[in-house]
Amino acid sequence: MSAVAAGMPDTRVQRWTPLSVAFTGGLAGLVVLLAFAPVVLGENSQNNLIQLYFLVIMAMMWNALAGYGGLVSVGQQGFIGIGAYAAVFLSVQHSLNPYLSMLLATFIGGAVAIPVAAVVLWLRAGAFAIATWVVAEAFAILVSLDPNPAIGGGTGTSALLPFNIRYTPEQRLHYTYWAALGAVAVLLLLLFVLLRSRLGGSLQAIRDDEEAAASVGVRVLLGKGILFVVAGAGSAAAGTIILAWQLSILPLGPDSIFGVNWTAKMIFMVLVGGLGTFEGPIIGAVALYVLQTYGPNNGVWYFVLLGGIAIGFALVLPRGIWGTIQERFNVQLLPVGYRLRTVSNGKGTT
Amino acid sequence: MTWVSAVVHGILLGGIYALLASGLALMFGVMRIINLAHGSLALIGAYMAFLFTEHVHVSTYLALAAVLPGALVVGYVLQRTMLERSLRAGQLVPLLTTFGLLIVIANLLQYFFSPDVHSLDEGSIGTASWRVSSSLSIPWFDVLTFGVAVVVLGGLQLVLRFTQLGRELRATAEDADTAELVGINARSVYARATAIAVATAALAGVFYGMRSSFDPNAGAAQLLYAFEAVVIGGIGSLWGTLGGGIVLGVAQAVGAQINPEYFALSGHLVFLAVLVARTAMQAGGIRLTLRGVG
Repeated sequence: MSAVAAGMPDTRVQRWTPLSVAFTGGLAGLVVLLAFAPVVLGENSQNNLIQLYFLVIMAMMWNALAGYGGLVSVGQQGFIGIGAYAAVFLSVQHSLNPYLSMLLATFIGGAVAIPVAAVVLWLRAGAFAIATWVVAEAFAILVSLDPNPAIGGGTGTSALLPFNIRYTPEQRLHYTYWAALGAVAVLLLLLFVLLRSRLGGSLQAIRDDEEAAASVGVRVLLGKGILFVVAGAGSAAAGTIILAWQLSILPLGPDSIFGVNWTAKMIFMVLVGGLGTFEGPIIGAVALYVLQTYGPNNGVWYFVLLGGIAIGFALVLPRGIWGTIQERFNVQLLPVGYRLRTVSNGKGTT
Repeated sequence: MTWVSAVVHGILLGGIYALLASGLALMFGVMRIINLAHGSLALIGAYMAFLFTEHVHVSTYLALAAVLPGALVVGYVLQRTMLERSLRAGQLVPLLTTFGLLIVIANLLQYFFSPDVHSLDEGSIGTASWRVSSSLSIPWFDVLTFGVAVVVLGGLQLVLRFTQLGRELRATAEDADTAELVGINARSVYARATAIAVATAALAGVFYGMRSSFDPNAGAAQLLYAFEAVVIGGIGSLWGTLGGGIVLGVAQAVGAQINPEYFALSGHLVFLAVLVARTAMQAGGIRLTLRGVG
């Protein structure tokens, strides 16, 4: 920093640009506007938006791990499943309000992530990836073996009852919509604040060179641990929304709530949108939504296409759609980084 | 006595896991990448053997004569196309591309072979067993599988130790840049390593398919078991991998003896227990050194 300052006295460190101020404000406005959707839009559109919201959450969480922490997890479906099943446990077994159960289940997801982090965060790259997958598989089997008939069993479980005794189907749709939108907004804000804090800087250092970061005093494990717990809670939140949206869930198999297909979708969204960019996962979620809606109806070819596109982006366009745009035009709509702006020629670099 | 039987079966089961794990360990040792599609490639081997037995009407063992050379080619081409590019893009990209490959393979297999389970014929040896006592009989097929695993692991060890390819593999694993300086073509070494790894995976897949039925999604479980065997055995030694495979096999067989549904779970739990123990030892080690310094 000092060398730059000495060489170019007219340099300023800048976080907000007029564009990013406008965009961040616009995004906040959009969230407020979307909150009125149940009043204006029909049932179908609300259902579609709920899907989009839980996809955005998943993509954000996976990107937080991989794009900011350098942690490729193949086991976030474990937390999705824990969230959904914890919500069933609280609302069916203990007759709590289903939406309160969803909130509590989110915290349970975060709490479960703490001991898991203690075991897996020591591992590097591929070892971390497979270990998280093993943990997710172990969760799935343990849940399916639960002797309680409301939870266990390979045929799955349903949260129809706790919703139906309190709400009409229309109310359930509205409340689930708001819960999903609220979760997106809160988690987006949480990540935004986290990444702008000291933690964001240390995470970037970790991602670039772990040893070097540790040598200058960055607490590598703490930074990764915070990310892992936030991602655990966020993935659990996504799981609870899926539960409220489809009501019945299965524990075992690639398509189940604990299924590895969720990870395939997360990787697709983040790679297409832009790994390590704040805005990318949102674009990726929209891309996946488009593929789901307009792509092959057949589940087999849908996943072949999904995997193929993900491989293609990883090899040909590793920065994804948004990362490429950012590089080309030097824009950042949500200011999580710092920009150096030289006043003399008016050109900034991130 | 049923417990003795479970342990014996577990030990023999460990052979398949070690065979499956050896390719994974070889690629990790040479290129420092974990191929998440490893189990899926093993599964392709099983399906290809199924095609041969079904349409050419040869025995499964004879089908290996076509499947294994095919697997060598697949491995070589895979490395030269997708993996080489992934490796150049950094540490995380190979994970993402091989995971994508896993998803593509599982769904293509489902398209071509239906989601139903398949199995391979193990020949007349499949029904023969050695009756040790009234409650312990050892199937000859399990002994054969274990023997094949030991021979392949031993063969790999010999290749690594005594052949030109082995020396090049070890040199590249140690330091690829320096190896290039002394005239080794690292790209070619990588491609040959992947070819061997995929061939051993296919061999393991065929034996797995003779032992139990498989479906298009079985590749994921195979990957997890292979990786668990590598980690339990300690990365870096092929005989350690055999030990890891045996520990995993025994854990699964003993778990299944308690309750058939505990088969996979008990293996996962032993793996996680090993991870926790290693972490605790590592943390303990750090504390010890700090005390030594202070």
